[in-house]
Amino acid sequence: MISHILKRAFQSVLVLFVTGLVAFAMFRFVGDPVENMLGQERTEAEVERLREQLGLNDPFLVQYWDFISGALRGDMGVSFRQGRPALEIILERLPATLELALVSALLAMTFGILFGIFTAIRRKGVMTNFILTSSLVGVSLPTFLIGIFLIYVFSVELKVLPSFGRGDVIDLGWWDTGLLTWTGIQSLILPAITLGLYQMTLIMRLVRSEMSEVLRQDYIRFARARGLPEKAINFRHAVKNTLIPVITVAGLQIGSIIAFSIITETVFQWPGVGLLFIDSIQFVDIPVMASYLMLISVMFVGINFLVDMAYLAIDPRLRESKGH
Amino acid sequence: MDMVKRAFESDLFWSFRHSPVAIISFVVAVTLILAAVFAPLLAPYNPFDPGSLNLMNGFSQPMVPNALTGDSFLMGADDQGRDVFSTILYGMRISLFVGFAAVIFALVIGIILGLTSAYAGGRVEAIIMRIADVQLTFPSILVAMLVFGIAKGFTPVHLRDQMAIWVLIVSIGLSDWVQFARVVRGAALVEKKKEYVEAAILIGRGPLGIVFRHILPNVLSPVLVIATISLALAIIAEATLSFLGVGAPPTEPSLGTLIRIGQGYLFSGEWWILFFPAMTLLMLALSVNLLGDWLRDALNPKLDD
Repeated sequence: MISHILKRAFQSVLVLFVTGLVAFAMFRFVGDPVENMLGQERTEAEVERLREQLGLNDPFLVQYWDFISGALRGDMGVSFRQGRPALEIILERLPATLELALVSALLAMTFGILFGIFTAIRRKGVMTNFILTSSLVGVSLPTFLIGIFLIYVFSVELKVLPSFGRGDVIDLGWWDTGLLTWTGIQSLILPAITLGLYQMTLIMRLVRSEMSEVLRQDYIRFARARGLPEKAINFRHAVKNTLIPVITVAGLQIGSIIAFSIITETVFQWPGVGLLFIDSIQFVDIPVMASYLMLISVMFVGINFLVDMAYLAIDPRLRESKGH
Repeated sequence: MDMVKRAFESDLFWSFRHSPVAIISFVVAVTLILAAVFAPLLAPYNPFDPGSLNLMNGFSQPMVPNALTGDSFLMGADDQGRDVFSTILYGMRISLFVGFAAVIFALVIGIILGLTSAYAGGRVEAIIMRIADVQLTFPSILVAMLVFGIAKGFTPVHLRDQMAIWVLIVSIGLSDWVQFARVVRGAALVEKKKEYVEAAILIGRGPLGIVFRHILPNVLSPVLVIATISLALAIIAEATLSFLGVGAPPTEPSLGTLIRIGQGYLFSGEWWILFFPAMTLLMLALSVNLLGDWLRDALNPKLDD
């Protein structure tokens, strides 16, 4: 078990190291930093002085080390477009994205598990077929089309929900939230559904296959032979064993939700980090792109590692086979 | 003739004939692909020829003759009087070209790296597979966006629009090679231990000959399945990037770009500018996706490694 943890930890560090290298390479090689900082009128001596000052003449590894230690202190350079520290801009936008991701994840979990259990218990029937077919279509649909479709139905035709923005937000000092105002909640509904739909279908399919697997086990048959009511079998015995692997997989999905929020945020003009990232690509704003990359890789690696450890803690079979 | 006869008597064709979903998606996909290939012949207008455009035709409704000019458009006209049907045909060309090219790019990289790591083993294998692991930590659309952004930074400003399509192909291709590499490696590791490979070594064939002439043909069926599913994903990825404004340039609009433009008219009631490109993309992605699903079930290769 210790070796398993160490292996995972090593892998996490490797991912961070590589993304750090990519981010660093972006700074170093995409566009000349000296070019960006000095104007047209410059002398060779000035260029050389700035190169020395920025450490561009140091060996590669020294430069990389400087970059990493700078990043750890929160120094990720200054946005070319806004002229403010890149990390500051990103952190400002982070609450919007995290709130959206969290609500979508909750929606996806709740409905994914409910539909999954339903379709596993009732293997045939109109409702089951409907859920399964629409999930297949849902998986093949590009996210942005779902978003546009929802805007068309609820904003253009029914005129009940806003189609863009975050509504009114309340500033809590270090966090601005849209969850405490009516317009904020209204604005959140459509983006959250758009973002959560794909994850919901994934979770639903997983729950369905896991639960069908569990329902075939001997102890379920035994419970049935003992004459336990169907409800008790399904919900007290089967569901419990279904949910362990599901929760860990769902945990891993949180990372993708944050990444996919780029698309949803663009459709709904949601002022989060994803929209910022797309803007930074359009204007080749390297510091913002690199900071986003670093931030999201830290999140991904953190989530993956935690989920892995949780899996190890929950499932005793894993612990024993690795322990000997 | 013999080949044709064998193809019609194969298990694969039998399973195709007995799957209505496969037949319908095949017909839809092939129709769309042919329509894209022969777009210059089929399109009633050339949307990129400024001479054929008439601004008076702007916002013409589908099938209704324009009140000012009397021109009629099957799927209406956009703000600049361009025939939506023609822009879709040309847009589909770009979407499909990027999709196919990106998949081929990913396939070539994946096959080469997969075969290399399976055959070479050792440190080479470890390095390639670790890179694959690191890349798999991130969703491929994110990788594609990042590669696009970096490549854009490298392209001189005046070439950015011209190069955008190629940059797009490279970004989507690079985001997708891991799948191919892993599957090819898994299959090649199995094949490597078989007797025919030992026989080939024994008669003195070099490693390149063994890998490409003997092992490669035997690992192609899972590759074909992944390539089909990847095509659907690549088409969606292209549309997504172009929709987000980090893909095909306005001078060469793909389906995603058209949807991006159409979204602007959602509130003003010109629904056709958005609706028809969106439906085309939907049919294209869905039909290729269903075809891939069917192929996976029919060939039933072991996709897990």
